[in-house]
Amino acid sequence: MYKIEKFNELAKIVAEKRAVNADLEPRRMTAEEKDTLLATFHPDYKQEEFTVLSAGVNKGDKVPTQLAELLQGKSRISAADVDLTAPDYDTDVLIIGGGGAGASAAIEADEAGAKAMIVTKLRIGDANTMMAEGGIQAADKPNDSPAIHYIDAFGGGHFAAKPELVKNLVTKAPEAIQWLNKLGVEFDKEADGTMVTTHGGGTSRKRMHAAKDYSGAEIMRTLRDEVLNRGIPVVDFTAAVEIILDENGKAAGAVLMNMETKELLVARAKTVIIATGGAGRLHYQGFPTSNHYGATADGLILGYRVGARLLYADTLQYHPTGTGYPEQIFGALVTEKVRSLGAKLVNIDGEVFMHPLETRDVTAASIIRECTERDKGIETSLGKAVWLDTPMIEYKHGEGTIEKRIPAMMRMFGKYGIDIRKEPILVYPTLHYQNGGLNISADCSTDIENLYAAGEVAGGIHGRNRLMGNSLLDVIVFGRDAGMNAAAKAKETAVPENLTLKHIEKFNSELENAGVANETASPMLLPKYARKA
Amino acid sequence: MDNMVNVYLFGKKYTVPEGLTIMTAMEYAGYDLVRGCGCRNGFCGACATIYRIKDKQELHACLACQTEVQEGMYVATLPFFPLVKQIYNIEEIKPTEQIMMQLYPEIYACIGCNACTKACTQELNVMQYIAYAQRGEYEKCAEESFDCVMCGVCSSRCPAGISHPQVAMLARRLNGKYIAPGCGHLEDRVKEIKDGTFEELIEDLMQKPIDEIKELYNTREIEK
Repeated sequence: MYKIEKFNELAKIVAEKRAVNADLEPRRMTAEEKDTLLATFHPDYKQEEFTVLSAGVNKGDKVPTQLAELLQGKSRISAADVDLTAPDYDTDVLIIGGGGAGASAAIEADEAGAKAMIVTKLRIGDANTMMAEGGIQAADKPNDSPAIHYIDAFGGGHFAAKPELVKNLVTKAPEAIQWLNKLGVEFDKEADGTMVTTHGGGTSRKRMHAAKDYSGAEIMRTLRDEVLNRGIPVVDFTAAVEIILDENGKAAGAVLMNMETKELLVARAKTVIIATGGAGRLHYQGFPTSNHYGATADGLILGYRVGARLLYADTLQYHPTGTGYPEQIFGALVTEKVRSLGAKLVNIDGEVFMHPLETRDVTAASIIRECTERDKGIETSLGKAVWLDTPMIEYKHGEGTIEKRIPAMMRMFGKYGIDIRKEPILVYPTLHYQNGGLNISADCSTDIENLYAAGEVAGGIHGRNRLMGNSLLDVIVFGRDAGMNAAAKAKETAVPENLTLKHIEKFNSELENAGVANETASPMLLPKYARKA
Repeated sequence: MDNMVNVYLFGKKYTVPEGLTIMTAMEYAGYDLVRGCGCRNGFCGACATIYRIKDKQELHACLACQTEVQEGMYVATLPFFPLVKQIYNIEEIKPTEQIMMQLYPEIYACIGCNACTKACTQELNVMQYIAYAQRGEYEKCAEESFDCVMCGVCSSRCPAGISHPQVAMLARRLNGKYIAPGCGHLEDRVKEIKDGTFEELIEDLMQKPIDEIKELYNTREIEK
């Protein structure tokens, strides 16, 4: 039961129309309808929320205003603060970030015989990967193929992705699933071993593999266990604050900062992989976020300062179904799997206002339209929201389905007295994913030699919109590739000499000359949520 | 003005609005969190916390990001707990009863006090999954422990010194790799890709003019 009686009353309308709504097969929008909807209601189209960069390799491009402030912000150090001739760590492959991509990279670099090391500002596994609920795509069923997956991903991303990256994503997907399975990841399977797969928004085949609604957690904890079994060093509570270059402008390590003592340390490496994840905690346009505490775009800053270009940094994913109520979990992810299992989106009058499995950008824009122009949202203490009719799942598939397939969702709402098996829930878009990022080539290399990027920090794989289940996939596929390629490159690279941080001063003067220098400490590292009296 | 409640963070009193979680109450009180804060959504286990309500006996355990503050709550966070994780090679071990005996023999010293279960922040039946592990029933252990976030509160309460989350982690990997049925269609597809079955098809898509691929996308058949 909802603590607010009005919601219980409104939920009755949803219950009354459930049988009719369940049978309904809503029409999918045409390409033109989608274009108009996005242009009118998607947050990426709000020009006033973006700033054009005045310095750096993307000068002239627009990015979200909060990101621009950091990209043109102030380094946390100056070159004189550290002694680059006496590194505290020496390794072949330095991996910045301990999420799904970083852990996958570390395992593969280790497998290739390279000396790998992970640094992470929190703990290994503190990452968006851990929070991915719905699943991971791979075209491994007989009625599916990597080519169909290619069309879904490329089209879902508005034909903007880099074809060579999409090719890698889809053709390496089945092997990624197999790799995870061999590491011991438990996928939902039938008794004969057939994978239980469902649709995601924008998929044309049921290719979403899952581990209940703890898919990312199950993958992440297994990868973490494997990293530890291999004895790969993990330096935790230690952030990278600047990339170090060698005299020829190649990446050669990073300056690290202990998050607790603020001690600065130098890590020298033959190759560096940035796997720092996304940026939800920058709360673009004031949106709540489904992201991890550490999702503060650090990798974009690190790369940008040494001259690595960004691609599609102006496109963000607002997950259509963030929690709209209760306040305690406002913005928390309600997995798309809820809709994959058959729950529909319903407005205040109990009407199904769209097909529940359009792509995420279209679905988010449609919910925003329902709550603004059409004024069919449900008023909460934090704004408007629409219903996601979760009881429809058991109406269609029988009692017990929710506990078996989406236990995390049941628990999350259950803590606030809401039984999602019996009551619909309130949802509104939440900042979820950075579609763009550091521009990478097919081998995961950035524009800077010996500097690689993988996972959410990389751009170009998903174009301007990512499909559900292609992010867990991307962190595994590109994490592994980055690890292998960075290890191979390290083998042919000598220990870097004459390390420098000259880029800091150079970038500072560029900012000064452009008149945009600001005092914001960058990278952000952690959001500032403490109330200061 | 919101209704306020009094909470005691590490024993010190703060007055905070009701409805906050323990985590947001700490931030309201002015804490800049580094330790003890992770996903903020109940998946990562970073914010294990123990609390007791003033003048009450019972000790509670929870995740700070998932638990509302209450009047008179005495709170201590447990941002790190020294679990014992044994090192093994997943390719070399097998799902035998002996493997638990070798790696985590302390599980056989369980005295059945059930303190682990009572403390679990995810309301799992921890003692039961340890019992399954003792008997080598890894499939059941994996299922029973599946929602574990490895926060370590169970282990903090265990008189036998068991690292329950690590035992369960091993059981799940054994189950996922060795016990759960293999997947034929997955192996077939991996082989097809290695044989280059889709290479030409995808190269062709990569070369297509944008209008043609748009047409393909907009008219593609969607599985019901």
